[in-house]
Amino acid sequence: MTDAEIRALILELIGEIAPEADLASARDQDDLREAFDLDSMDFANFVVALHDRLGVNIPEVHYNRLFTLERAIDYLRDAVAQ
Amino acid sequence: MPALGADMEAGTLVEWLVKPGDRVNSGDVIAVVETQKGAIEVEVFQTGVLSDILVPVGERVPVGTVLAQIDGAERATPAPAAEPVITPPPIVAPRKTPPLRAVVAPRVGRLKVTPAARRRAAALNVDIATIVTGSGVEGSIRLADVESAGAAPVRAAAKRGLDLSQMRKAIAAAMSRSKREIPHYYLTETVDLSAASTWIERFNVDKPPVERILPAVLFLKAAALALREQLRLNGAYENDAFVPSSNIHVGWAISLRGGGLIAPAIRDADKKSLAELMGAMRDLVERARRGNLRSSELTSPTVTVTNVGDRGAESVTGIIYPPQVSIVGFGRVVARPWVVDGRIESRPLVTVTLAADHRATDGHIGGLYLAAVARLLQEPEKL
Repeated sequence: MTDAEIRALILELIGEIAPEADLASARDQDDLREAFDLDSMDFANFVVALHDRLGVNIPEVHYNRLFTLERAIDYLRDAVAQ
Repeated sequence: MPALGADMEAGTLVEWLVKPGDRVNSGDVIAVVETQKGAIEVEVFQTGVLSDILVPVGERVPVGTVLAQIDGAERATPAPAAEPVITPPPIVAPRKTPPLRAVVAPRVGRLKVTPAARRRAAALNVDIATIVTGSGVEGSIRLADVESAGAAPVRAAAKRGLDLSQMRKAIAAAMSRSKREIPHYYLTETVDLSAASTWIERFNVDKPPVERILPAVLFLKAAALALREQLRLNGAYENDAFVPSSNIHVGWAISLRGGGLIAPAIRDADKKSLAELMGAMRDLVERARRGNLRSSELTSPTVTVTNVGDRGAESVTGIIYPPQVSIVGFGRVVARPWVVDGRIESRPLVTVTLAADHRATDGHIGGLYLAAVARLLQEPEKL
């Protein structure tokens, strides 16, 4: 997957979890939880959705690597490639 | 028209899901009413044949108004709202077909559905219950299954939505009444979460994301189990007397995006496994934010538990939801210095608070309750 595809997927999944989110305002360095008001249940559902769509089983200790778009893209690019 | 809140006076019938002549069974959802808390699905607790609809769509009627008649009605099972808490829903009429919610949320031990699949089903208006076999692990229903079933949509659900200004009014009324009528007392306990945190890490480490649990699940279970030891914190205060409940139905506080708060019930929370509680929480959060809660979920809580989560404040002191007599709050888990065996160590801590009705209990009971919560959280494997 390209970085653009991963970014689009992340925003698509967040859009499903938080339909009212202004996805166009997403900046790569923003904390996704703050930017889109995601609580711990939302974030858990986000990880579930990533697992479902990409087949990537993200351990809990790596959750902090998904907190920003920039870091999430880096992490998922590597995870998908493995 | 059922009373779906402490200060609800009326509701508007927005959709009938049954018609005269339909057979209805206890537990069926038969209508949708618009309240200050959004659209709520109305269930019936009788079995029979719907003979007459008495309130047409669009009409606003007071709480207690008979909405429909059921011939041969007999109570097949105890009504979920039959505890001594809030006025049980009055007679209404049900229907044979399943609820018309576009999505049937997963239930542990029965239908397994991934969150992505559920959301896609909602987007495509697919009734998940119609998907016989999923392609996922142990037959769980995955996104692809929903997309495959997309060609067979069910009838569109009623237009749902939340009027946040109305919800704010409902919250204002209930909380004002609480502060006006209930003599609250407040207690706080700081709890070392080392054991619970370690246990959760081990529990989750080998599990796929959908089977992992959140710390909030442990809080909920501990809060519910501790109520077994202090029964006078679980029930309602009505007509100048405390009425205990024999069941522990926890109203789980859920914040709504854009503002608003609602606390639908997780029934028999003390008897559910951690996995079941996680599933129930996930289901309630999703349906609360989508506007798909059921009447019995709003009328049956016997206590409220609120958890501010990992982005919330360090402690929360709640306001009791009338006619309940207590609310338990869990703050954000924080790392702080803690004395262990005479040494200072960094420990994950959570502040647990209790706000309770002084007409029903005294601080001694409340203190024993918080001590029980703290004790239970030290042995998470037993929850």
